Amino acid sequence: MDGLDVNAAEGQLLTFLLAGEEYGVDILRVQEIRGWDSATRVPNTPRYIKGIINLRGTIVPIVDLRERFNLDRVDYGPTTVVIVLKVVSGETSRIMGIVVDAVSDVYNLSSEQLRPAPDFGGSIDTEFIEGLMTVEEQMIIVLDIDHLLNSGDLAVAAAA
Amino acid sequence: MSDSRIEQLKGIFFEEAEEGLETMEQGLLELDEGSKDPELINTIFRAAHSIKGGSGTFGFSELIEFTHSMESLLDAMRSGDKAITTEATSALLESVDHLRALLTDARNNDPIDSESSRPYIDRLNAILGADDAAPSNAAAPAQDASARAAGWNIDFKPHPDLMQSGNDPYLIVREITGLGPAKTTVDVSNVPSWDVLDPENLYLGWTIRLEAAAEEQQIHDAFAWVDDQADIRVEPIEAKPVAAPEAAPAPEAAPEPSPKKAEAAAPAKPPAAPKPRSAKAGSSSIRVSIDKVDALINIVGELVITQSMLGQIEKDFDMSKLEKLRDGLSQLERNTRELQESVMRIRMLPISSVFSRFPRMVRDLSRQLEKKVHLELSGESTELDKTVMEKIGDPLVHLVRNSLDHGLEAPADRLEAGKPETGRIELNAFHQGGNIVIEICDDGRGLPTDRIREKAISKGLMSADDTSSSTEKIHDFIFHPGFSTAKEVSDLSGRGVGLDVVRKNIRALGGSVEVQSSPGEGTKFTIRLPLTLAILDGQLINVGDETYIVPLVSIIESLQIDGKQVNAIAGKAEVYRLREQYIPIVRLYDLFGIEGGERKLDGGLLVVVEGDGQHAGLLVDDLQNQQQVVIKSLDTNYRRVDGVSGATILGDGTVALILDIPGLIKFANDRSRRAETPRLPQDKFALN
Repeated sequence: MDGLDVNAAEGQLLTFLLAGEEYGVDILRVQEIRGWDSATRVPNTPRYIKGIINLRGTIVPIVDLRERFNLDRVDYGPTTVVIVLKVVSGETSRIMGIVVDAVSDVYNLSSEQLRPAPDFGGSIDTEFIEGLMTVEEQMIIVLDIDHLLNSGDLAVAAAA
Repeated sequence: MSDSRIEQLKGIFFEEAEEGLETMEQGLLELDEGSKDPELINTIFRAAHSIKGGSGTFGFSELIEFTHSMESLLDAMRSGDKAITTEATSALLESVDHLRALLTDARNNDPIDSESSRPYIDRLNAILGADDAAPSNAAAPAQDASARAAGWNIDFKPHPDLMQSGNDPYLIVREITGLGPAKTTVDVSNVPSWDVLDPENLYLGWTIRLEAAAEEQQIHDAFAWVDDQADIRVEPIEAKPVAAPEAAPAPEAAPEPSPKKAEAAAPAKPPAAPKPRSAKAGSSSIRVSIDKVDALINIVGELVITQSMLGQIEKDFDMSKLEKLRDGLSQLERNTRELQESVMRIRMLPISSVFSRFPRMVRDLSRQLEKKVHLELSGESTELDKTVMEKIGDPLVHLVRNSLDHGLEAPADRLEAGKPETGRIELNAFHQGGNIVIEICDDGRGLPTDRIREKAISKGLMSADDTSSSTEKIHDFIFHPGFSTAKEVSDLSGRGVGLDVVRKNIRALGGSVEVQSSPGEGTKFTIRLPLTLAILDGQLINVGDETYIVPLVSIIESLQIDGKQVNAIAGKAEVYRLREQYIPIVRLYDLFGIEGGERKLDGGLLVVVEGDGQHAGLLVDDLQNQQQVVIKSLDTNYRRVDGVSGATILGDGTVALILDIPGLIKFANDRSRRAETPRLPQDKFALN
């Protein structure tokens, strides 16, 4: 836990692994981390929506982030976790879960460390990436979850 | 007293005032219909008096002034000095409306426009005989000279029991000192010695020297609620105190009315239409009868006993106690179910709170339309979920207006048709199965079937040579958007926006509305609503590995498919022949894209469902048990899904989707219509 110098922090990131890469989300948005458990499929939704689960009486949709990013599917293993996040869209906030390979670490984030993501030349969309950060030679992709989990089939506007 | 406490008390005052207004309105309507019950006018008077008192406590001087004039007239009517005339009740009813508007302003902390009350007060005083209403606030300007002085000496000697009626002298004194610079002296001479002092009594008195040119009425207003529980003297401060005559008389709740002037009093012009007020939605609350709360406490008590019993068994468990454990668990189940029912019952309110607005509405409308109408309400005690209740009001108002405006004929036409001059409108509510049924019947002319037919043809809803459509089917067209057969657009209805909105709103509540009509005999609208929006009786079904819940109300029957009865139209759309009726078959696994699941029709299970008047047969793998499920919204964290109305949590903690049958049938129809187009591209929103 090298980076945990609270005084210098502007915020903290929870990082997780997805196909060998390390991704980060704002730790204040993380509600809880739970092991993968089966979800109830919802008909006629994109495959990346794994379904809905019962989170202490609330119905919460679960998104498989590998499939959301069109990465190869893998079988869920013992480290597979669901990160439950609070997603803000306009005036409403919703609770959603993302399935990731494993949780990794917690880092301090300062805005100087954050570099804008370069254009990947069309192979991957950078619109959901807030920036890149390097910690000990390791690149961390910082995600804009509000944008990511409000896009496509998850958009609030889709509730037409 | 802290501000939050005052705010809380204010909230109670507004709620009670609202009830008071309703009491007054109902009472006045009964008087209007010629009731002679003397207790009735007392009830109205008391309601007005309570509002006045409360207004005084919270310093709404405009409200005091206004209710005071209403009270004066009511008092004259109560004592018999004044005849109960239609004119008087009308004026009072309109005043009730105005008072309601004033209260809304006060509640929203909007400035109260005291000028707006003037026409109403004038009208009330005109009926009363204004000149004799001596100390009334609406009194002649001649009094103004003496009522305005450089200041006032106020002597306030409350009776010892003042505080026992819930009044707080502090609030009154503060009210007065708020009018301007004041010097307050407390008189403690009456405080007895410690051993005989009763802490619930008030022994203090106050002398206030108010050095402000306040109106005398303002001072009396502050004492409005306590004027019969205190000795109050108000004297103007003048340069020559000796010359001051017997100053202003003590305030009287009821001024002396003058029977002689009564007839001479000309009614004032009716005041201008009140400006529309938006009722700001505050935090809502419900009043729950104490019986319901007691029942709840009883059940919780039982639950605690059951829990401790189970705890005992668990302590040193061996197999011999298995029977006891089983008993305990079944008791627990019963307790839980009862608890659930009782809690649900708290949300249930009698429908009378919706119905109660209709007598007034029908009275006003029938005058406006010059029709004679008798409104009959029944089943007012039928209980309905609060959420449903709030949303059913507007559709009901619309339907009742429709019956009045279009349904009932003018008195002359009625006599000609051999019907009694006075038309009837009936509102009836009752339980039927798991539903609440509300009927709105009139004995008017009935729906103009031919005109509706013409209109439907002209709008292309049916073909001109279609003669087989039943009358019911034609009548159902009136619920189509933009469908109005009214020859002239009236103020009330007939603009073609309406019945479609009524149906939409009722459907949004999970209910349905139908119309039955026979020419010359009348029209009946029947609304069916679910008892509650939170819980539903469901049938669990299996398709593949998935479990779904079908609302029990939409299931007609479940049957095993006889392969010989299955037919295919154009090789695709499959139908099942059930007692001379062809029912489209919906293959759920296909519609929902579920892998696995029974594909063979012959011998399979078909659940025949009905939604929005359409039938369909759902092909399922298995039927499980029936159970009550609590509806959870999918929209909260996700979005609406076609064919699914919500989700619920099953006993094992997993989530099951609740099917929305009307939506599902529509979805299946849409799907088969564009059967040629490929299935939804699965990853159309994915990156890249």
